[in-house]
Amino acid sequence: MRMRTLLAGSVLVGLAASFAAPALAEDSVYIQLPTYRTGPYAGSGIHIANGMSDYLAMINERDGGVNGVKIAFDECETGYDTQKGVECYEQAKAKNTLVFNPWSTGITLQVIPKSSVDKIPVLSMAYGLSAAADGNTFPWVFNPPDTYWDGLSAIIKYIGDQEGGMEGLKGKKIGYIFLDAGYGREPIPLLDNLAQKYGFEVLQYPVPGKEMQNQSSQWLSIRRDRPDYVVMWGWGAMNPTAVKEAVKNRFDMSKFIGVWWAGGDEDARAGGAGAKGYKSVSFNNVGADYPALQDIKKLVVDAGKSHTPANTVGENLYNRGVVNAVYMVEAIRIAQEMTGKKVINAEDMRVGLENLKIDEARLEAIGLKGMIAPIEITCANHSGHHSLFIQEWDGEKWTPATDWFSPMTEEVTPILMQASKDYATSNAPWPTREDACPAN
Amino acid sequence: MDMLYNILIDPFVQMVDAPDFLIQVVWEGFVAGVLYALIALGFVLIYKASGVFNFAQGIMVVFAGLSLVGLHEKGVPAWLALILAIGIMAILAVCIEKFVMRPLVGQPDIILLMATIGMTYFLIGLGEVIFGGEPKQMITSELGLPTGSTAFEMGERGLVILQHIDIAAAVIALLMVGGLAVFFNRTRIGRALRAVADDHTAALSVGISLNQIWAIVWFAAGIVALATGIMWGARSDVSFALEIVALKALPVLILGGFTSIPGAIIGGLIIGIGEKIGEIYWGSLVGGGIESWLAYVIALIFLLFRPQGLFGEKIIERI
Repeated sequence: MRMRTLLAGSVLVGLAASFAAPALAEDSVYIQLPTYRTGPYAGSGIHIANGMSDYLAMINERDGGVNGVKIAFDECETGYDTQKGVECYEQAKAKNTLVFNPWSTGITLQVIPKSSVDKIPVLSMAYGLSAAADGNTFPWVFNPPDTYWDGLSAIIKYIGDQEGGMEGLKGKKIGYIFLDAGYGREPIPLLDNLAQKYGFEVLQYPVPGKEMQNQSSQWLSIRRDRPDYVVMWGWGAMNPTAVKEAVKNRFDMSKFIGVWWAGGDEDARAGGAGAKGYKSVSFNNVGADYPALQDIKKLVVDAGKSHTPANTVGENLYNRGVVNAVYMVEAIRIAQEMTGKKVINAEDMRVGLENLKIDEARLEAIGLKGMIAPIEITCANHSGHHSLFIQEWDGEKWTPATDWFSPMTEEVTPILMQASKDYATSNAPWPTREDACPAN
Repeated sequence: MDMLYNILIDPFVQMVDAPDFLIQVVWEGFVAGVLYALIALGFVLIYKASGVFNFAQGIMVVFAGLSLVGLHEKGVPAWLALILAIGIMAILAVCIEKFVMRPLVGQPDIILLMATIGMTYFLIGLGEVIFGGEPKQMITSELGLPTGSTAFEMGERGLVILQHIDIAAAVIALLMVGGLAVFFNRTRIGRALRAVADDHTAALSVGISLNQIWAIVWFAAGIVALATGIMWGARSDVSFALEIVALKALPVLILGGFTSIPGAIIGGLIIGIGEKIGEIYWGSLVGGGIESWLAYVIALIFLLFRPQGLFGEKIIERI
């Protein structure tokens, strides 16, 4: 009799435990982080991955998650390979991720059509399809704080300023050296458009992925063509090689400007003392003195709960990984407020992203005041086209070379809206948004 | 008509108008060619001795370079790190002979090729586990290699810039080829190696140890890989992307022949200089970026006339 009681008790305890498990799981949400810590793009990808995972880990450690809901996360290695990235997306979908961060324009382009079917928001922070900023056409895709077209327009605006105004661009030659992939080709339509409007000539120097570390031909061509400025859209091993080649060919580094992804500390450091003056457009400051980063150091890095070498906390790409994680955490928080649910799902996350607003007060509260500019995403505008600044490599670190300034939104928006319309037409039948955005 | 002018006349006008730039292009092509030749040399050494097309030569370049820089990052002095890196390549050679080559003796060539592909991915994984995936700066000055450049002015605006590291690369490549030539022709092991290359069975019958010869030849390929890793790493950085660059040796091998050391050198120079001139003077006609496939076109043109490559052994099969 005793034995029977014991057995029955064990079964009951087991049953109770099995019911208790989902209750525990309900206090967490899951986010997959596609990363590339291996392969030719690891030099850039590692810092981004470290920044993202450290911030999420810090939120769990310091705050117990977002409003008590822990963020469960793991990494999926894409190696910056589109096929592997799509496999990661399928895995993320199976595990009910709240959001998918492709970290590759090629992967973004592949998952955009899937996202509206699977109802998983895609957060392509400052990369991917520029036209996806149109929330009416792409309700499931978000590309804050700026699109590639914003970035390019900001660089051209900066060059215009150096030449005494946009009219000073007339007759100038601007070289465009780019990774010959979806990422590097993305800004070309706008570049051609701006060249026509402002009367400058564009010289293109594509760098095939296989030749990232073998750019002497491109830089010999640049030397021959003598462009007044060179703009770079590089990533991974392409960036340090390009900086080295520019130094080697004695190109005026103050006239060499990279997009934000060509602004890694190691990218510039590779050029040694000669890289001084190299510039890149940016949407985040460097440095580890921000309270949130100090918390990361104390609770995650120094506590041995991270892959990150302590001396890389605060570097440019690391901080950018943190920014990506901040957007996700804030979107979760907003989604919780708007839906009244603690444990949200991917559809709720889309609501959070679509109403993402991080103002100065909020930046101060999360301990990142001064590192990024306030941002606001709306139903119709999934990017926000926020202010940017130019940073300059001083030989050891990045320092701001300008104040924050707006990209040429008035130039970008009409082209972007047309591109969005063209995308929907060429991918017909493109799903229409169920809940139309307010007129303004 | 314009098209014909752009293809047939304009490039040569540009060459005459800016001779300094032409010299610079040829020099850059020469340096790239030397580096391609070094990689091709690694392939040739192994193919000569064992008939294996070593797909892993590219990752051996990365692995050797990472070993050197990785050890230095751990506080090992540069020259000691270099010696230890050579030691690592020796251990790797012995392991490859013992665990890959020996068990597969007598298997079809395709099996051996697949084994080297497998080795490639194993070494990528091992390298990433040990050294991490981040690119590393080559310790050029710590190794006593020259840095900086010398500029020669030509005419009013002409300028030719020679990087000292590129000159060093050319000199080291020449020394390496010379050293290998002496090794192959003047030493007992070298003669044994040639005997193995000519006929495995005959070599075995006169008491030559195949296992020992294979370990030596993989070690020699490892030394070549280390030299390539240092030189190419100094030009960009040491990262896993270098493994892809190593595939540039394929057209060099097609051109120079899989069994000829001089072929690797001459083939490397033809491909290096040819692709640079092609890219700079004709590339813009098709939007640029022709370098990656032009090398194969050059190699294929040569193949039409000499299927065994410039210096490869002519294969005569009697029926």
